[in-house]
Amino acid sequence: MEGKTKFVQGNEACVEGAIYAGCNFFAGYPITPSTEIAEHLSIRLPQVGGRFIQMEDEIASMSAIIGASLTGCKSLTATSGPGFSLKQESLGYAIMAEIPCIVVNVQRGGPSTGNPTHGSQGDVQQAKWGTHGDHSIVAITASTIQDVFEMTIEAFNISEMYRTPVILLLDEVIGHMREKLTIPEKGVIPLIDRLNTNVKPGVDYHPYFARKDGRLPMSDFGGTHRYNVTGLFHDMWGFPTGKPEAIHELQRHLVDKIDSYANRICKYKRFYTEDAETLLISYGSSARTALEMVNYSRKRGRKVGLLELQTLWPFPDAVVREACKNAKRTVVVEMNMGQVLQSVKAAVEEPSKVYLCNRYDGTLINFEDVKNVMRIIEGKGV
Amino acid sequence: MPTKDYIRKRFFPHIWCPGCGHGIIMQGLVNSIEDLKISKNDVAMVSGIGCSSRIVGYLDFHTLHTLHGRALAFATGVKFSRPDLNVIVPMGDGDATAIGGNHFIHSCRRNIDMTAIVMNNRIYGMTGGQFSPLSGVGIYATTAPYKNVDYDFDISALAVGSGATYVARSTVYHPNEMRKYITQAIQHKGFSVVEILTQCPTYFGRKNNQKSAVAGMEWLRDNTTPMGSKAKQENPDLIERGVFANIQKGEYCHEYDKVIEMATASVKGE
Repeated sequence: MEGKTKFVQGNEACVEGAIYAGCNFFAGYPITPSTEIAEHLSIRLPQVGGRFIQMEDEIASMSAIIGASLTGCKSLTATSGPGFSLKQESLGYAIMAEIPCIVVNVQRGGPSTGNPTHGSQGDVQQAKWGTHGDHSIVAITASTIQDVFEMTIEAFNISEMYRTPVILLLDEVIGHMREKLTIPEKGVIPLIDRLNTNVKPGVDYHPYFARKDGRLPMSDFGGTHRYNVTGLFHDMWGFPTGKPEAIHELQRHLVDKIDSYANRICKYKRFYTEDAETLLISYGSSARTALEMVNYSRKRGRKVGLLELQTLWPFPDAVVREACKNAKRTVVVEMNMGQVLQSVKAAVEEPSKVYLCNRYDGTLINFEDVKNVMRIIEGKGV
Repeated sequence: MPTKDYIRKRFFPHIWCPGCGHGIIMQGLVNSIEDLKISKNDVAMVSGIGCSSRIVGYLDFHTLHTLHGRALAFATGVKFSRPDLNVIVPMGDGDATAIGGNHFIHSCRRNIDMTAIVMNNRIYGMTGGQFSPLSGVGIYATTAPYKNVDYDFDISALAVGSGATYVARSTVYHPNEMRKYITQAIQHKGFSVVEILTQCPTYFGRKNNQKSAVAGMEWLRDNTTPMGSKAKQENPDLIERGVFANIQKGEYCHEYDKVIEMATASVKGE
C-alpha cells in the first residue's frame, strides 16, 4: 500500500486509524496500557477540529461518547481491564438505544487490577457477555500495527453501518509494540457513514422503526426531528413500553441485526489452511507466534496452517467449522484459559480434536510454547 | 406558545402519582423556556432514572433518558459536541447525589454550559420509598424503618463548593421564584444548578406525616425562608431559598474552541 509511512506503536496506529475514519470525539480516563490512545488523541483531535475530553471516570467516558454520537459525531473511548468492567453499564445502553460508538480495550491481565503492564487476552468472553441481558455485539482484533490501523477504521464502519457499539480488542503487546505503519491517502480505504433519515421536517419520524434490512436511519440531536431515546424497551418512537410483543420484537431485532449479517461482518486471514493437518486458530498478538510456527513447519514440509480470527464476535462459526473439517487436529493459541477454545469446540463437528495452547502469566506466548504443545498432541513428548 | 404545545400528548398519561410535585417543576421548566423564547429544536433534555427522569419523555425537545446517575455524563457528550444546544438536565436527588455524585461534582467543577435541575423530594420514589442522601436523620423510609441515621447533603452547598457558577434553591410552593431561578440558570453561561424541593405524598409523605400534597407543600412553606432572612437568624434550622452563587468564569466548550484554534494553527505551521 502506498502512503505516508511511520514507525509507531499499536496505540498510536489506533489513533491514526480513528482520525482516518473521521473520528471527531473522544472521552476517556487514563488507564494502563491504553493511555497513549488518549494522549495522542488529545493532540490529534483538535488538529482536525475534533474534541477531546478527559472525564471523571470510565463510566462517564462511555456515557459521554454515546451523547456525542447522538449529535452525529463518530466517537471513541479507550480503556483496559477494570475500566472495561466499568463501561459495561453504558455499553448495554448503546446496544439497547442502538448508538454507534467504539470502545477500544487494550487488554491486560485480570481479574481486578490484575497485571496492568503485561499482555492478556482475558476479556474475550467479557466483550460478549459483560453487560447484562440478551444481546449481540461486534468485537474485532488485530495482530499487526498495520492491522490495528485498518481494523480501527473497520470498527467505525461496522458501528455506523449496523448502529451498534463495536469493541476493538487489542492487547498490551500490540498496543505497545512498534512496527511500520503506512497511512494511505484519503479515500483509499472506504468509509461508511450512518444512514440519515430522509423524513421531511414536520413529518412523523420513527427513530426506532427498522427497515426490512434491519437498518434504522438516524436523525442528529439538534436536527429537525425531536424524539426520545431511552435504555428501556421502547416502541418505534423511542418511548418506553412494557408490551410483551414489543419487548419480544426489539429483543429479537437487537440480536438479528448483527447475527444475521455475521458472514458480512466476520473477517479472518488464512495461512496454508487448505491442506493443513494441524490447524492453528489464533488472533491478536498470539497469532504472530502461531504464524511463526506455521512458517517454521512449512519450511520443514509439515502441513501446519493458521486461521487468524480478526472478528471474535459474532463468532465466525461457519468459517471455523469449514477450516477444521479436514484437519487432523486443531490447536487454539491464545493468552487466556481457553476463552476462544469454547467457541471453537462449539462450532466444529469433532470437538475432541480441538486442543488448547495457552499462556496466562503476562508473557507473550512464544514459539517454544506452541512447539511443545504440538509435540505433546502428536504423541512425541517435549 | 401555550404549555400544551411543549407536551408530547401521545405519551400521556404520565406515571406520576396524584399529588406529586414533579408536574409543577415541569410547568416551571416549560414556562422558563417560553420566557426565553428558545426554539424547541434548540433544547436537548437529558435525564437519568427515577420518577423525576421521566419528565423528558413528556416534553417535545430532543430528549435522552439515560442510566441511573449518568445523565450529566451523557449530557456532557451532547453539549461538548453541540455547544449551540441548550442542554437541561433534570435529575432526582438520589440520581444526582448518590449514584451520580461523582458526575455531579465534576460537572460543577468543569463549568460546561448546562443547567442541572435537582428535583429534590428526599426519597427514592420509583423503587418504593427508600431513604436518599437528601432524606436526613430522623426520617422514616422503607429502608429506615426505625428511623434514618444517615446524614444528608446540602445539594446547593455541595454545588457551590464544587465550583458551579450559578446555584439557586427554591420549592414547588414558590412557583414564580422557581421559574425565575430556572430562567436565570438557563441564561447563565456556565454550569448552573437549581435545586427544587418538592413533595412526594406517596412515599416520603406517608411515613413522615405529609400524607397529602397540601401537607407536603405546607411543610415547604413553613420550613424554608429567603436567604439571609430574619427568620433564618431566629431559627437556624430553616432551609434557605435564593441564589447562592452567580459568577462568571471561562466556559469549558468556549475554552476548548481556543485549544482547537491553537492545534489547527500548529498543523498549518508545519
